[in-house]
Amino acid sequence: MLPFRYARAATVDQAIAAGAAPHTAFLAGGTELLNWLRLGVAAPARLVDITRLDGLARIEPLPDGRLRIGALAALSDVARHERVVRDYPVLHQAILQAASPQLRNLATIGGNPLQHTRCPYYRSAEPLPCNKRAPGSGCAARYGLNDRHAIFGWTDDCVATQPSDPAVAFAALDAVFATERAGGGRRIPATELHPLPAAPWPHHVLEPGELITAIELPPPVPRSAYVKVRERASYEYATVSAAVAIELDGATIRRARIALGSVAHRPWRLTATEQALAGLDTGNARALRRSLDASFAEARPLAHNGHKIPLAKAAAFRAIELALRTLP
Amino acid sequence: MTERAQIRTRLDGVNVPWAERLATAVLGGVALALGARWLRASAQRRPAGGMALIAVGAIALGRAIAGRPVYPSRARRRGGAHARRRATGAVEPLAFRERVEVRLRVNGRDHQLAADARTTLLDLVREQLQLTGTKKGCNFGECGACTVHLDGRRVNACMVLAAAADGREVTTIEGLALGGRLHPVQQAFIDHDGLQCGFCTPGQIMSAVALLAEGHAGSDEEIREWMSGNLCRCAAYPQITAAVREVAAGRPAGSKV
Repeated sequence: MLPFRYARAATVDQAIAAGAAPHTAFLAGGTELLNWLRLGVAAPARLVDITRLDGLARIEPLPDGRLRIGALAALSDVARHERVVRDYPVLHQAILQAASPQLRNLATIGGNPLQHTRCPYYRSAEPLPCNKRAPGSGCAARYGLNDRHAIFGWTDDCVATQPSDPAVAFAALDAVFATERAGGGRRIPATELHPLPAAPWPHHVLEPGELITAIELPPPVPRSAYVKVRERASYEYATVSAAVAIELDGATIRRARIALGSVAHRPWRLTATEQALAGLDTGNARALRRSLDASFAEARPLAHNGHKIPLAKAAAFRAIELALRTLP
Repeated sequence: MTERAQIRTRLDGVNVPWAERLATAVLGGVALALGARWLRASAQRRPAGGMALIAVGAIALGRAIAGRPVYPSRARRRGGAHARRRATGAVEPLAFRERVEVRLRVNGRDHQLAADARTTLLDLVREQLQLTGTKKGCNFGECGACTVHLDGRRVNACMVLAAAADGREVTTIEGLALGGRLHPVQQAFIDHDGLQCGFCTPGQIMSAVALLAEGHAGSDEEIREWMSGNLCRCAAYPQITAAVREVAAGRPAGSKV
């Protein structure tokens, strides 16, 4: 780990002023940043500790039944918050299937969606071709081992996936990330926080020094669920995952939102399927299942990840079933 | 100068309010002018006062233009409160340090330590406090061997910068036993052979103690899920689960029923 200098911010203004300077990183939970420093995928000269910023860990109701989650709230605290348990099962389940209990006590809800891809070439201790690590160096995964990589939205220059579980739930909920930065904050839809691969292959759309301060959830979506498929029962990244949020009119689907995880470099919304689901009877399992074909027509497997297509489809269908079975 | 550039100037170690710099420049200019007048009026008979005024004026003007502090003690004293005033748009710059002071209460004892900013809580307790019960396994937050309690919550000590733990309370495996009596979870691990090589055991036990406090020991399945952050390469998982289950049930070690 290369040397860096450390300072603790007392206010958001102080943090974003310091964070805007070059070679400066924010330290929140630290569960990603410390590993980047160890691997050398990041080498900031200065760390701004934002963990003691006042009020940024609060979870509070907003008008119209919405919920505002402070960015510094620990994953474990968000998962067990009564509003999250009752009104947003998809988020509750996504968090509890992420990382381990110890890491969830450290990791923050604002930091988690900013984690970098788990592509082994990106995280390699030795330098390997990776446009995310060294723009222009190529993509070792494109024709290398790519069983854990993307089936949607990839290019020959990058086939990485975004690994955050909560980010998939946020995308299905149409949550909004509220930020602060030197020129004034902004609101970023959860579906737009992560860019698809394009030079210079950034991990997210935040600017240097821009700080997520809160995540705003829509009014309650109790009929929602998260299904995570992985290679061991617990404490593992997703092979694929699916987040579903459904609203009903009696026994008819009024609106369905579906996001897949670990299939692209952003939570992948199945918009064509969502349109096909609207108006369907909840008892019509065949039509529900067939609705998935619409969005999977554009799936493109790599050499080693063809299994992700049926797996993701099945995970999405399972999540639809689970969401429909959840009592409001 | 834009606000951002102004902030950057401050970050480079300079912190002089603009109003103070302007006032200093004006005063410096006045001193220069007065000194020049003095020299002309005195016609080389008693030039010392005029020259002193010119010198002071030049220094003040120069430092005001360069943004260097002119009133060192006052600037230092007022720096905090002044810069924190948001009405002026000024933000107190952060003091970045390569070495940090860390106050910690570890197993009930207070410590004041100094360390490189890169030091993790794990390295601090092992190498500075000689509490080597906490193990360094993967050092990547993947194995759980370094699990300690930070303000009563279990965390991976390898994922916490010591500087960020400043002012907090830490419990390590050495802090569990009371007056020479093992913690019930420690005793249960012995009774159930919840270990083989023992390297992961301190982390397993710290995790188990937290799990019981969290109320996540309702079933074997729940215990396994909430112990999943602690890997055991000897695969003593069934015995570990049995040990946790026994403590959860409140049964004395070894008893049947």
